Amino acid sequence: MINGKRVLIVIPAWNEQASVADVVREVRGELPGVGVLVVDDGSKDRTSDMARDAGATVARLPYNLGVGGAMRLGYRYGYEHDYDVVIQVDADGQHDPRYVPKLVDALDDADFVIGARFAGEGDYTVHGPRKWAMTMLSAALSRMNHAKLSDTTSGFRAANRRTIELFAFWYPVEYLGDTIEVLVRLVRNGYRLAQVPVTMRQRQAGTPSHSPVKSTVYLARAALIFALSMVRK
Amino acid sequence: MVKLTILTAISGLAVLSIIFELVRRRQLREKYAILWGLVGIVVIPLAIFPGLLNPLSRAIGVASGVSLVLFLAVVFLLVVCIHLSWEVSRLEEETRTLAEDLALLRTEMRERVGQ
Ligand SMILES: Nc1nc2c(ncn2[C@@H]2O[C@H](COP(=O)(O)OP(=O)(O)O)[C@@H](O)[C@H]2O)c(=O)[nH]1
Ligand SMILES: [Mg+2]
Repeated sequence: MINGKRVLIVIPAWNEQASVADVVREVRGELPGVGVLVVDDGSKDRTSDMARDAGATVARLPYNLGVGGAMRLGYRYGYEHDYDVVIQVDADGQHDPRYVPKLVDALDDADFVIGARFAGEGDYTVHGPRKWAMTMLSAALSRMNHAKLSDTTSGFRAANRRTIELFAFWYPVEYLGDTIEVLVRLVRNGYRLAQVPVTMRQRQAGTPSHSPVKSTVYLARAALIFALSMVRK
Repeated sequence: MVKLTILTAISGLAVLSIIFELVRRRQLREKYAILWGLVGIVVIPLAIFPGLLNPLSRAIGVASGVSLVLFLAVVFLLVVCIHLSWEVSRLEEETRTLAEDLALLRTEMRERVGQ
């Protein structure tokens, strides 16, 4: 229970055996009384075992679906187990669970809250095409939302019951759909979005899924997903 | 010209028999069997008598029947490809839901056993 709400932490994990156990332990240590669900997305390593030994509930997908696929499963679990709040936390240790109560509090006046890196706190920087993509996205979404959203690709996010009910059935599985298209859909349908400034840490182990080489492709795909999500039903 | 006709006729018959064999072994869903069977039935007479479409093509301003057949074939194949992409997208969505269901069921089973 945080702020009188039943909170579920969903951790999408794909081949994160080196860091997932620490993340689970840290979450459970900092936030006693919250549910912890690790969605193992068809990992080839011991992610499931590590997470279970650390005390998490584990849902294991039979094959890799991507972050969006894992998260819809997480929201479905939260929906079926009557949680009031579902919060996504990455398995690589970049998200500090001490911000979770702040995210939950911010849900008092919003349906969906993003833990944002560029909102003042921390010193996260990106360069080149990826940065242009992020800047344009956040400008467009902030306008549509009538409130600032400075980090549209952050994976540190909190959803209230209304949003959980949507995401349990609709959550895009495509690359970047889980970040960009989700936000566009929420804003277009009148959900209230807000952000809380956070500091993110370095990944604890393993490698990030995006390499610098991919960042131009990233820009193009981000633009495409954004354009599509503006016209999709 | 006769040689060409033999070639096209044989190709058409070969395709038809492949379709028939796939259906017979239950490897091809009926709807696709019907689709490709119809295609075969239309194409084989044309393969044997390439001039068959000449009057029609002249009427709509296409120089020769063969060009008309080629044009129609390209359009037809495009439509089929689009249909198959759509079908695959739908199947992926269905298997995704199944994968989720399976994962949820196994998680719940473990929780019950653990209690
Ligand atoms: N379920 C699932 N999670 C993934 C996949 N790829 C990455 N992740 C998880 O998503 C989180 C963020 O990944 P990361 O590579 O750090 O991306 P970044 O933080 O945006 O640079 C981590 O918890 C990863 O384990 C995937 O294919 N499926
Ligand atoms: Mg990360």
